[in-house]
Parts: sequence; structure tokens; C-alpha cells
Amino acid sequence: MTTRWIEISVGGFVIAGSLALLLLAFKVSGLDLSSDDKNAYTVYAHFNNIGGLKPRAKVTMAGVTIGRVSAVEIDSQWYDAKVTLKIDNSMRNKLSTDTTAMILTSGLLGENYIGLVVGAEEEMLADGGEIRDTQPALVLEDLIGKFLSSMGKE
Amino acid sequence: MSDTANLVEINGLTFLREKRAIFSDLSLRIPKGKITAIMGPSGTGKTTLLRLIGGQLKPDQGNVVVDGLGVPGLSRKQLFELRQRMGMLFQSGALFSELSVFENVAFPLRVHTSLPDDMIRDLVLIKLESVGLRGARDLMPSELSGGMGRRVALARAIALDPELMMYDEPFVGQDPITLGVLVKLIRQLNDALNMTTVLVSHDIDECLSIADHVCVLSGGQVLVEGTPEEILKSDLAEVKQFIQGLPDGPVPFRYPASDFAEDILFAGKSGVSV
Amino acid sequence: MLDWLQHIGHRVLSVVAGLGRSAQLLIAALFGVGYVLKNFRLLVKQVYVTGVLSIAIIGVSGLFIGMVLGLQGYSILVDFGAEEALGQMVALTLLRELSPVVAALLFAGRAGSALTAEIGLMKATEQLASMEMIGVDPIKRVIAPRLYAGIIALPLLCILFSVVGVWGGMLVGVEWLGVFEGSYWGNMQASVSFIHDVLNGVIKSVVFAFVVTWIAVFQGYDLEPTSEGISRATTKTVVHGSLAVLGLDFVLTALMFGDF
Repeated sequence: MTTRWIEISVGGFVIAGSLALLLLAFKVSGLDLSSDDKNAYTVYAHFNNIGGLKPRAKVTMAGVTIGRVSAVEIDSQWYDAKVTLKIDNSMRNKLSTDTTAMILTSGLLGENYIGLVVGAEEEMLADGGEIRDTQPALVLEDLIGKFLSSMGKE
Repeated sequence: MSDTANLVEINGLTFLREKRAIFSDLSLRIPKGKITAIMGPSGTGKTTLLRLIGGQLKPDQGNVVVDGLGVPGLSRKQLFELRQRMGMLFQSGALFSELSVFENVAFPLRVHTSLPDDMIRDLVLIKLESVGLRGARDLMPSELSGGMGRRVALARAIALDPELMMYDEPFVGQDPITLGVLVKLIRQLNDALNMTTVLVSHDIDECLSIADHVCVLSGGQVLVEGTPEEILKSDLAEVKQFIQGLPDGPVPFRYPASDFAEDILFAGKSGVSV
Repeated sequence: MLDWLQHIGHRVLSVVAGLGRSAQLLIAALFGVGYVLKNFRLLVKQVYVTGVLSIAIIGVSGLFIGMVLGLQGYSILVDFGAEEALGQMVALTLLRELSPVVAALLFAGRAGSALTAEIGLMKATEQLASMEMIGVDPIKRVIAPRLYAGIIALPLLCILFSVVGVWGGMLVGVEWLGVFEGSYWGNMQASVSFIHDVLNGVIKSVVFAFVVTWIAVFQGYDLEPTSEGISRATTKTVVHGSLAVLGLDFVLTALMFGDF
């Protein structure tokens, strides 16, 4: 085994490892360098109940992803959930102030995400604006409860 | 200090291994430019003595002085500098198994000098020629016989032209031809390169034939010291026993044990103490 | 009773002494970084021995584990009608857990035991002692390059393991069982985060590499230089290394993924 061959194979090994990391970054984790927070603006949405919504869940409009949830916290003034949304800059000044937000579920048991529907107002949401018109998550227990009580009435 | 006649001086050395004294209050002189043989029965710590001189072990008491420098008190850096002036031939040869014969001999030159490659090549070939193995330069250590391996190790040990050369049991397990070659080599190297040689061995004939100065160790102390003739004439019973190879005498053949009859009769009752 | 107490005390003291010696060795080896950089070829050689020579076993294991994940995952997910989520399941399992852990276990068995045996043999044949006598510190020359090479090699092997595993899962899921390829990759990309999953997995693997290589070189350096001592130390490397990996994995997982 010559020194030359050893050095070549080590070089190849290190390069293969680095390429594999790039592959993991872009192909597996879908890392998109352009979509970091610098290219996004912040909007807050208040929900009565967020169900299973977690940070990093996607924010969609008409099914297309336009942003991510960056934080979920309790608003101690209203006792509701304050969700911080990072919306892509391409949608800046295109969301009206009466935009509604709802918590949706992908598939029967899938993860929660947020869907936005634009309203009719002329005025647009600015950076740091708030969405008040929201629909809470569907909680399975509530649904079953309602279903059972309506069964009881009949 | 270096103008004294002794290159190595050992004063009041005590060394313990797991509370057993290997040396107790040992004092020893190794004269400059001569071959000193340190002899003694197995287990008297001859190899340990070489390691103490080389600073690989630290004494519990006493001092080891090499060329005016107290070895135990040296910093790590100073110790490694001192070692460049020492060569040691280990019992097993201790060639680096991943390097070829050439690279083994070149190793000390490469790490301690910044000589150009062609000069290193010349020096290595000179050293290998002096042990008669210039033709084996491309072999790996695993392809060498035991005797050849030891000669390559010798070439490596003298690569930096050390002032003090230490041999650990150089004659063990060698065939008579290699033995003769080694004895001659050690003598020639000592005289030609103006080295001081310390030789640790229990091969009486070889030692007495090449040494200028002989120390016989026993029980952690110097039993007798002098020229080979003086050793041969010594009246001490222990020295006679050692030189003539008798089983019974002052040096016990048996490892210390309790009374034999008692041991057999009360087998299993007394706990084994470690 | 007193004998028994003494026995326990003796064991504890020897364990503590061993930990102390291993920490000393580690610190001395880490400070050998300058020597390693000056003699870069030593490092390259060791990356070859520990890394390149382990590629085959890592690649084959990764492929099979990925394929098994594809098969098992499909058979579970299909009951919920969620077989589209196969990609994310395979990728998350591999990136977060299986790649770092399995690669580290294989590394302990393949490269760690070889390191211990090699260093042990160098000690038994007095090569380390003669290196010291030549005036070269064996910790810098022998231990440090091996330690750094292990820390470089294992994370790379772990990344390769993940890639091969994800590909193996795709072979089974998409090519054989007929999951739609777009949703295999799409779901994966939607749920795998680069920092949270990929980087955390690599960090785990760096920690495992450090610990396994440390154990391997310490066992080799500290062993009793006999053939029995070498075989005992080699076994210890694999056992201690594997246990350390599994134990640390729990701690790291709790730290990284424990906050829900």
C-alpha cells in the first residue's frame, strides 16, 4: 500500500463525507438557504386553542407554503395562544388586515399547520401585525362530545 | 562535571515496585569510554536500572546523574534532549513494525535533525553497513529473523552517534554465530565511536570477554565491582555461585515460601496473601 | 465482612486511578495537536486506517438498515393509510438515532479494537519505550494522531451511513413497495430540519467518536503488555465503548430532543 494511494483514498473519503452532508442538507432536510428569517416578516395570530400546533409547522395559503410558525406562547392578557408566524417576504403587503387564520390537520392523524385566507380589506398587514379572526384547532374530544350530545337530543 | 571519569553516577538509589525493594541504597559508577557490564541473576532489576538511567522510571530515593545532569529532576523537555545523546537496544529489538528497515534507522535522524533526504540516506546506509545489513534496507521488520532484527535495532540506536549506549540483554536467544558478531560489534562500536557502553546481561562468558568493568548485582545492591579478572578471582560465595552456575548457595534457587511440610499438611487453611 | 469492604474499596480506588490515568493521557494527547499538524501524514495515515477501511462495513450496514426501515415502516404506516410518510420516518430514525449509534458501535468493533490491539502490541514489543528513548514522545507520535483521526473519521462515516440508509429505504419503499417517489422525498424534506435533525445527529456522532477513540487508545496504552492483557483490553474497548455510546446517546437525546 503506497503512501500515495493512502492519501488519495483519504482525500476521497473526506470529500465523499462532505458531499454526503450536502446531500443530507438539501435532498433530505430540504434546507433552503433563502428562506431564513431575514427574508421573512412577522405576523402574530391569536387562537383560542391551537391543538397540536408546534413551532416549525408550515403556514399555507391555498395549500401553498408561504411561511413557518416560529414560536407558540400563551398570551397572559387574553389567556389565548399567541402564535408567531414568519411569512415570506414575497407576501409582504399582500395580506389584508382581515385575513383569517385556521389550524388545519394534514390527513386524519397528520401534523397541524396553519392555513390563511385573505379577506376583503384594502389595508394590508404590516410587519408585527396581528390576526384576530381565527378558527381554533379541531379537537377530537370536543367533536365526539358534540356528536354524542346531539345523539342524545334525538 | 563532564571532565570526571564517570559518565553515569548512581548514588544511594532506592526503587520500589509494589512495596518490594528492587534496589536499596545502590551506588554505581559507569566510567567514560569503557564497556561496563552489569550482571546478576534474573529478577535483580537489571533492565529496571537501564530504565532509571534513561529516565523512563523515577527512583523513590537517591539520584541518577548522567554527564552532570540529575535525571530524575529534569523537565520533560530536558529529558528528551538528554535521551538524544543516549542509545538503547531493547531486548526485543523494538523495531517499529509499520516502518521498513531503512525508515526505522532513519527515524531518529528524521525527528531530531533537519538534514536533507540524500544525506539521511547516506547516513542510514553507513549505519546499516556497520551492522552488515545494508542489503536488507527495504525489508519490513516482520521479514527479519530475530538476530537480524536486533542488528537493525542496533543500527537505529547508534544513528545519532550517542555518547552512552545501553544494551538490554543483547545475547539472549542468539545463535553462536550472531552472538560472536554481536560481541565484536559492541566492542568495535564502543572503540570506533568513542562511546560509553552499559551492558546488562547474565551471559557470563560474553560479558567477561568484552567488558572493561563489571558490576555484579544481587539483592538490590552491588555485590562486587571490578575488572573481569578481579571478578573471576573473587572469594565471595555469591559471586562464585553465579559465575559457576550452581543451584545451591547464598542466592536462593527457590522463591521464598513457607515451610514445605507445613504447606502440604495445612493446604487450603492459610489464605493466599497477595 | 472487612475483607469484603476492603475488596470494594480496592475496586473503587483502582477505577478512580484508571479514570485519572485516562484523563492524563487524554489531555497530553489533545495537547499533541501541534505535533499532529506538523506531521500531517501521520494523521492522514490514521484516517485511512480508521476511516477508509471502515467504509465497506458502514456502507453495507447502512444499506441494510435503511432497507429494513423501509420495509418495517411501510408495514406499520400502511395500516393508517400513511405510507406517504415513509420518507420522513426513515430519514428521522436514521438521522437522529440509528446512524450515530450504529456507526459508533460498528466503529468500536472495527476500528476501536484494532487501535487497542495495535497500541498494545507496540507496548508489548517495547516500541513505545524505544520511541521514548529515541527522544520522541509516544503520546504525541502514536496516541494523538489516532485520537484525532477517530474524531474526524466517525462523523464522516455516520453521514455516509445516513445517506446510504435513506437511499436503501427508498429502494424498498419506492422501487419495490410502490410509495410515490415525490411524497417520499417531499414529506422527508417537509419534516426534517437541517439544524434540529441533521446537525444534532452529527454532533452526537462527534461525541461518540471522541469517547470511543479515547477508550480505545487508553486501553491500548494502559494494558498489561502480555498476550492475555492485549486480548482483555481489546474486549474492554468494545464493551466499554459500546456501553458508553448507548448511555451517552440517552443523555444527548434528552438534551437535544427532550424539550417538547
